[in-house]
Amino acid sequence: MKRVYVNEKWCLGCHLCEYNCAFANSGETDMAKALQNVTIHPRIQVEGDNNVSFAVSCRHCDEPICVKSCIAGALSVQDGVIRCNQDKCVGCFTCVLVCPYGAVVPAPDGHVIRKCELCTNNRFGEPACVKGCPNGAIVFEER
Amino acid sequence: MLKYVLIGNSTAAVGCIEGIRSVDKTGPITVISDEPYAVYSRPLISYLLYGKTDEERMKYRPDDFYEKNGVKTLLGVRAEKVDDSRKEVLLSDGRRVPFDKLLFATGSRPFVPPMDGLDTVERKFSFMKLDDAKALGAALRPSTRVLIIGAGLIGLKCAEGIRRLVRSIEVVDLAGRILPSILDEEGSAMVQKHLEAQDISFTLGDSVARFEGNVATLKSGGKVPFDVLVVAVGVRPNTQLAADIGCKVGRGIAIDEHSATSLADVYAAGDCCECRDITTGSSRILAILPNAYLQGETAGINMAGGEKTFDNAIPMNAIGFFGLHIITAGSYDGAAWTQRTEHAYKKLVSKDNRLKGFILIGDVARAGIYTSLIREETPLDTIDYELVRQKPQLMAFARGQREEMLGGKRE
Repeated sequence: MKRVYVNEKWCLGCHLCEYNCAFANSGETDMAKALQNVTIHPRIQVEGDNNVSFAVSCRHCDEPICVKSCIAGALSVQDGVIRCNQDKCVGCFTCVLVCPYGAVVPAPDGHVIRKCELCTNNRFGEPACVKGCPNGAIVFEER
Repeated sequence: MLKYVLIGNSTAAVGCIEGIRSVDKTGPITVISDEPYAVYSRPLISYLLYGKTDEERMKYRPDDFYEKNGVKTLLGVRAEKVDDSRKEVLLSDGRRVPFDKLLFATGSRPFVPPMDGLDTVERKFSFMKLDDAKALGAALRPSTRVLIIGAGLIGLKCAEGIRRLVRSIEVVDLAGRILPSILDEEGSAMVQKHLEAQDISFTLGDSVARFEGNVATLKSGGKVPFDVLVVAVGVRPNTQLAADIGCKVGRGIAIDEHSATSLADVYAAGDCCECRDITTGSSRILAILPNAYLQGETAGINMAGGEKTFDNAIPMNAIGFFGLHIITAGSYDGAAWTQRTEHAYKKLVSKDNRLKGFILIGDVARAGIYTSLIREETPLDTIDYELVRQKPQLMAFARGQREEMLGGKRE
């Protein structure tokens, strides 16, 4: 299955993926409108220092411990994509407790969680972080 | 074709069903439960009363779960006895269910200590099952004064769930501080302060000497008048059925890393079990939902002839009260490193070059990176521990390790 991967050597640490992610999941059609004066809560997060940087998002694990640990049955695997049913999620953060990548993030209001669903859950349909990466560091491919 | 019988119908049973079906698509599975419901999420009962979920959304699996997995359910009926020699489970309605492979997923039950005059209390409740929550919810009025015995996870989640429905809540516990099973003293004090700000009162280091109708007299002499009593002192694993056929039972049913009991073809999973906690090396009951699923899944795969081990169980909890989030894991025996800010508390405990446990209150972001260090028993001298202590991050790993974690490299 195709997943999002980051090549550390090419990542500039520009954080554009975070903004593209926030925009893609905002439901807005205008990027400026979506992000102006807004604290973003992207599902992909750039880590690093002046020398090394890389972006981290859900690995869509074959053995997803978040899904197996979800107390509400809100997380499930659908066609390989780990999805969160926002209606069922109660924001207990057990998935935050168990994700080894730190890739599950609390929603801004703290009542549910959010995670990368490879943009299958928004109008982009393919990962916006990949599409917008200026250096081609983030890729969407089979490995 | 192997016949599978599962006694119990909660998380461990679901894990087992999904485990079996990952190996064996056709062997008949029968689930027996004295609860008359399709599987629901037990830990959500406090959220139900809080109004954050409802019975429909509490369903742990979709409506077609049993049908899709070829599972026959026998609900609202008790498994009374296991006839190990004939390989049959005897039900309360007289039926007999034959098995080749058996799972005990019998969970636990509330422990109600003997208390003088408890029988004179008219409205008293436990807080474990959906029916408990429904009964408690029906008894509450805006004028109700609630007395909760027990300041552990169950008692306090109950308190949060019903806070806005009632006039007052008083929590009494014999222990000197709240949530002693998951927090240290500083953490307990911080969370207690937060709960007190929500008008939940505590009487700690004290217990009920006797009840006289709607008045509890404490050992210290104080009197607590109340309308509704919730007893949330603790739980006891349901081990009797397993013990009766000679399964090795300590505090819980003893299982190994295959979720196998001491008897052939008999497995157990979830809150009825005890297993090895890798952070202490000792065998104990780890009554948490993720372990129930993982033990159940492991049991299912092995029952069906596959090979699966689950050998890194640890205690771990994610819990929140009125917007204050708490994540904890492991044991706190070792060298502690703490950090306290106005709104957050953090403690990391290490020993023998391994992270053994942590407490995060307030800021829980990316806690799983710490949990993973414990579960994988990562040697701390192979990562930048200084860096990861400040903030959980993958930057603390060596590049090669990171490539394995993030680069899709398969073992």
